[in-house]
Amino acid sequence: MYAQMIKTASNGIKPREEMSEEERAFQDKIDNDIKIEPRDWMPEDYRRTLIRQIGQHAHSEVVGQLPEGNWITRAPTLERKAILLAKVQDEAGHGLYLYSAAETLGVSRDELIELLHEGKMKYSSIFNYPTLNWADIGAVGWLVDGAAIVNQVALQRTSYGPYARAMVRICKEESFHARQGYDAIRAMAFGTPEQKRQAQDALNRLWFPALMMFGPSDAESTHSEQSMAWKIKVKSNDELRQQFVDQTIPQIEYLKLDLPDPNIKWNEERGHYDFSEPDWPEFFNVIKGNGPCNVDRMKDRVAAWDDGEWVRDGLLAHARKKAARKVAAE
Amino acid sequence: MTRDEALFEFLLRMGDNTLILGHRVSEWCGHSPVLEEDIALANTALDMIGQTQLWLGLAGEVEGKGRTADNLAFLRDAWDFRNVLMVELPNGDFGQTLMRQFLYDAWSFVMTDWLKGSSDPRIAAIAEKAHKEVTYHLERSGDTVIGLGDGTEESHSRMQAALDYLYPYCGEMFEKDKSDELLAEAGIAPDPTELRPEYDDIVGRVLAEATLAIPGGSYVHKGGRNGRMHTEHLGHLLTSMQWLQRAYPGAAW
Repeated sequence: MYAQMIKTASNGIKPREEMSEEERAFQDKIDNDIKIEPRDWMPEDYRRTLIRQIGQHAHSEVVGQLPEGNWITRAPTLERKAILLAKVQDEAGHGLYLYSAAETLGVSRDELIELLHEGKMKYSSIFNYPTLNWADIGAVGWLVDGAAIVNQVALQRTSYGPYARAMVRICKEESFHARQGYDAIRAMAFGTPEQKRQAQDALNRLWFPALMMFGPSDAESTHSEQSMAWKIKVKSNDELRQQFVDQTIPQIEYLKLDLPDPNIKWNEERGHYDFSEPDWPEFFNVIKGNGPCNVDRMKDRVAAWDDGEWVRDGLLAHARKKAARKVAAE
Repeated sequence: MTRDEALFEFLLRMGDNTLILGHRVSEWCGHSPVLEEDIALANTALDMIGQTQLWLGLAGEVEGKGRTADNLAFLRDAWDFRNVLMVELPNGDFGQTLMRQFLYDAWSFVMTDWLKGSSDPRIAAIAEKAHKEVTYHLERSGDTVIGLGDGTEESHSRMQAALDYLYPYCGEMFEKDKSDELLAEAGIAPDPTELRPEYDDIVGRVLAEATLAIPGGSYVHKGGRNGRMHTEHLGHLLTSMQWLQRAYPGAAW
């Protein structure tokens, strides 16, 4: 769920009578749950909105390597190190499928990366928070991947075929990561007093940023309607957030950790947990670039790209020489 | 020195090489030149950490003092490590990392190929698994060395500089001491010097295709494999790698 605050590239829903014949046929397909495929006709705004969403999702997978990579070299056992390496490798792999899904919409990976580096595209706000102790790695798997799954399971039904199919595969891996994350934090919650303190600290710090991953409340989410009609978005931000809270509270209780919010309480009438809203001004600040790690994350990514230019150029030059030699030999 | 002592020494050498190089490679996470390389480097590191679990696990078993692979990885100090110096050197640029990987992979390929036929079935089993992984690593690092060596002027000169820097560390992988002799006699492990011709052949072929020149000097940096003297870099690496285990002794993770 690494896409939030996606601005739909249109102004509200177009009434059916104003649609062209192509637009009507397109909407009918969506209403009948027929997937849209790359070669199908689609409204330009649909295409642009999807590029933003899939691109942001891909960027999040890539930037998301950084907070987890921060602990690979300090993982406490060989097994935990191997699990974390495998997870980060999976995340980079998700980035790769998602860029490929975006490419089916007519934008290249390099163009998307350039937009990210110029600050014209974003990645999920969650990765602008630091990972400060080892329990954070457990919490990232449990809460961050857990929140991602809630969103991405819904997106398996999204209208664009390549994106929906990428979600099916990604969800399988994310579920595995979430279980591993929970296992890592469980070892700490039931460990020594110092370990338990780390687990509690990780939960307290990451709880609200995890809730923010679903984006602002529905009342403030101005671009949702058209995306819902196009089934780019399948459930509302608040619905997904509630679902995440409801599934996570019993897991916190099982760990015997203190709840990270004093207002968490089962509401019999609603059949859901009540909870406090995240600090939305903080969220908007993080989105604007003022989160604890925004500047460093982008600096790292831009440096990786710039420092790697000679490598990309070198490999490309070699591939050209090799092709030329092959032609000459024929 | 008993044969089991020699075997323990050998297993530490194998496991420490993969542990320390796996650690170095993992430092690239999220910082490599292109997404495919992030994936490939994480995968390589992961394979090497997996091999470490096997080599050091067996080392602990052979030692018979109840030490696990984790105990050996996280609770020894630098002087007890038996990796060759090359793997503990800092990553440098991407070219230096891949050149080191290639120079190591070629050795690891020849070594695990031999060990598949070891008279010790436990070693043969680990080598069987590792050799498959190493075959792929070597293909990939070799291709990258060729691509960058025979790429642009800049990539060529960076790769030549990496080779000039690293080549003097290669010889240590073929050093022989008393423990090697004991194991070679028993058919458990090869005489390291005998691996050199095949290694030189692989390295020579790839470097020629990469249009890179093997440096002329014959000096060999050594001291890691026998624990006499590591580089200054190893202590820093262990400081971060072992931190949690040292700061919270006895905790289960």
